[in-house]
Amino acid sequence: MTWRLPQASTMAGAVDTLFDFVLWTSVASFLIIVLGKLIFLVRFRRKKIPEKESLYLTGHTATELSVAVILLVWVMVIFYWGWADYKKLRSAPAGAMEINVIAKQWLWEIQYPDGRRLTNELVVPKGKPVKLIMTSQDVLHSFFVPDFRVKQDIIPNTYTSLWFEATEAGEHPVYCAEYCGAAHSGMLATVRVLEPAAFEAWQLAGFLGEAGAAEGEAASEPKSLAEKGREIFMAKGCQACHTTDGSKGLGPSQKGIFGATEALEGGGTVTVDENYIRESLMEPAKKVVKGFQPIMPTFKGQLTDEEINALIGFIKSLGGK
Amino acid sequence: MAHAEVSFFEAEKGWKSWLTTLDHKRIGLMYLAAAMLFFLVGGVFALLVRLELMFPGETIMSADTYNKFFTYHGAIMVFMFIIPIIPAALGNFFLPIMIGAKDVAFPRLNLASYYIFITGASFAVWALLARGADTGWTFYTPYSIRSATSVVLITLGVFIMGFSGILTGLNFIVTVHKLRAPGMTFFRLPLFVWAIYATAIIQVLATPVIGITTLLLVMERVIKIGIFDPALGGDPVLFQHFFWFYSHPAVYIMILPGMGIISEVIPVFSRKHIFGYHAIAYSSLAIAFISFIVWGHHMFVSGQSELANFLFSLLTMFVAVPTAIKVFNWTATMYGGSISLKTPMLYAVSFIFMFTIGGLTGLFLAALSVDVHLHDTYFVVAHFHYVMMGGTVMGLLAGFHYWWPKMFARMYPEWAGKIAWALIFIGFNLTFFTQFLMGYLGMPRRYYDYPAEFTNLNIASTVGSWFLFAGFLLMLIYFLKTFFEKRRTDLDNPWGGKTLEWQIASPPTMHNFHETPQITGRPYEYGIVRMKK
Repeated sequence: MTWRLPQASTMAGAVDTLFDFVLWTSVASFLIIVLGKLIFLVRFRRKKIPEKESLYLTGHTATELSVAVILLVWVMVIFYWGWADYKKLRSAPAGAMEINVIAKQWLWEIQYPDGRRLTNELVVPKGKPVKLIMTSQDVLHSFFVPDFRVKQDIIPNTYTSLWFEATEAGEHPVYCAEYCGAAHSGMLATVRVLEPAAFEAWQLAGFLGEAGAAEGEAASEPKSLAEKGREIFMAKGCQACHTTDGSKGLGPSQKGIFGATEALEGGGTVTVDENYIRESLMEPAKKVVKGFQPIMPTFKGQLTDEEINALIGFIKSLGGK
Repeated sequence: MAHAEVSFFEAEKGWKSWLTTLDHKRIGLMYLAAAMLFFLVGGVFALLVRLELMFPGETIMSADTYNKFFTYHGAIMVFMFIIPIIPAALGNFFLPIMIGAKDVAFPRLNLASYYIFITGASFAVWALLARGADTGWTFYTPYSIRSATSVVLITLGVFIMGFSGILTGLNFIVTVHKLRAPGMTFFRLPLFVWAIYATAIIQVLATPVIGITTLLLVMERVIKIGIFDPALGGDPVLFQHFFWFYSHPAVYIMILPGMGIISEVIPVFSRKHIFGYHAIAYSSLAIAFISFIVWGHHMFVSGQSELANFLFSLLTMFVAVPTAIKVFNWTATMYGGSISLKTPMLYAVSFIFMFTIGGLTGLFLAALSVDVHLHDTYFVVAHFHYVMMGGTVMGLLAGFHYWWPKMFARMYPEWAGKIAWALIFIGFNLTFFTQFLMGYLGMPRRYYDYPAEFTNLNIASTVGSWFLFAGFLLMLIYFLKTFFEKRRTDLDNPWGGKTLEWQIASPPTMHNFHETPQITGRPYEYGIVRMKK
């Protein structure tokens, strides 16, 4: 088990330094109080000092005042230090790369200036400041990357922002930190930090399409529909509500659902086939399986026909008639 | 002493005489019974929440149920237990006696406050039995506007219970000003009275704001007035300002009375005059005052302006000073004493231990850059449990053991008291210290599921909650057991206390005093003057 978080942004070190300063000065003052208390408990226990022989002492103003003054200086140092770093945390450098984030129950949609869209994944270059401009489609959310020490609430009808400059390539978890309902703890994403060259290649791939950018990959074995579908299922955050092992989630489990006949909220039944899955992706509230809430967001305009086909292939691969 | 006399238990007979009583002691005990019942219910929800979190994924309940249970735990503990328990229960019983009065200033209002509390609590229980609530005890908009649960009922309950707090506070303020015995000047008041007095001021001034806020939330849900709902052009962050404008001062409604009990217990069990009487009394008032201007420190990442964050962080730091003065003075009181580590003192000493951790971790959260990382993580959960449970509840338990012989003329068994204390002390620290680590490592609060790397810490925390439960269960058993024992006659003043409640019979008579007491000094005159060498 680790006790410290990776310092993966330019600000993480500064935040940790103040954290450690408060930590060790607090430990020292805690020890003074607790050790003082324990020494008194032993030295002045009733067995040793008879009841009638305690000291008559009503206070000592000078001591109290000096405690107050030392304390005031200490907390003012913490305050100023915290404010100075906070100002840096809040002021994005000019020329930061701007990326839009749309939060909704319960996924993150990332939009790049070149029109590229990702779900639950934010790809950024290492060593370049990135500014996220964020809004919510429903309730409050909060974008939290522990490895970067950044967090910002996201509000419907308003834009809030945060910035960071990643210093470590690799993957860093993103949590939703403002309670947002049933799948709050499933509203997760990943920041994938790429070396600048790899990021450029990634951008190019988005622009030209996967095949055009990486010719090497074309030679590798093509992925099956179900495999592709599985990747999309994960990438779009479907697994936050739909399990694939038959256990109950916020939405019906996908295991063995294909071909099954399901009762619907408000009466009637439906057979789960290609058309029903497609309709449920586009207009999720139209036919809701009995026992579930109409809470799924629409994926209209976010999935290509190829991707829907792959998803259906994946769901078929999970068994059923 | 006065044992031929009829105590307030026997002065009137039958359950009807309890339901219609105007006696502050009986009303205090009725509050005690109700609030402790809610503590039990809120505690069971806490245990279930911890059990669910023992392992990642579904352990014993669904996400929906989990969200309801943590909401119930928070709302019940805050509004139905920790706010009323010390002022309305122990304060009602002891404040009039400690100032040498026969009752509170407005006994009928006092009974009315009790029934208002019960009415409000019934609404909250009704909400639980209807569609529940899954918003968290903070009711943040717009989630609380959209939630399909019984938000209206539970917020109405909070609205109604607020009046009970306002009226009790008003009653205590008037009582302290008008009913002090001859010679009982303000600076001869026991420090418990100072603490309840400061609390009462906050209750009267802050509680109306939560009333307005919950009412606006109800109107938003029912008639869509568009003040908080962004879909109607409202501002959801405004709700947070309103909510914390009450709920931050409310934190001091919860902790000040606990501090008051500690200020009584430490001198008695140390046989020492309290160190720095004025500093402790004034710091209660200072905390009450500052508590009104720091609410924005709950909202450092809410999107409020950077200037607001600057000011709220600065002002919050000032809270540290009066708070630390108190901790320093309690510790200094023990110096040169003759200390008896009976159960009440054990809890008082643990209060200092845990409250100091709670206070110091507040500094991390008041520092802006560090709070950005820690906000809404388990670090915050651990911090406020160290203050509320490690502070207030330890103070309450010190008070229970200290005053149990006064209230019922029966003594708890010392050995069982110490075992329960040890279980609670170990259990509490195991449950909540681990949460500081989880929080620093990034685990957000109100999470039903979590990444596997947090599993070990969560298991430890859950196991801690079982120790806590065992400790409280043992305490419940021995308190109930002694409750049915025969009353003793040697318990008028078992601890050697100098405050007025220890100068009268246990249990007190209906009117507390035979003759109006004459006060000539402070109730902490212990010790001998040592000659200087």
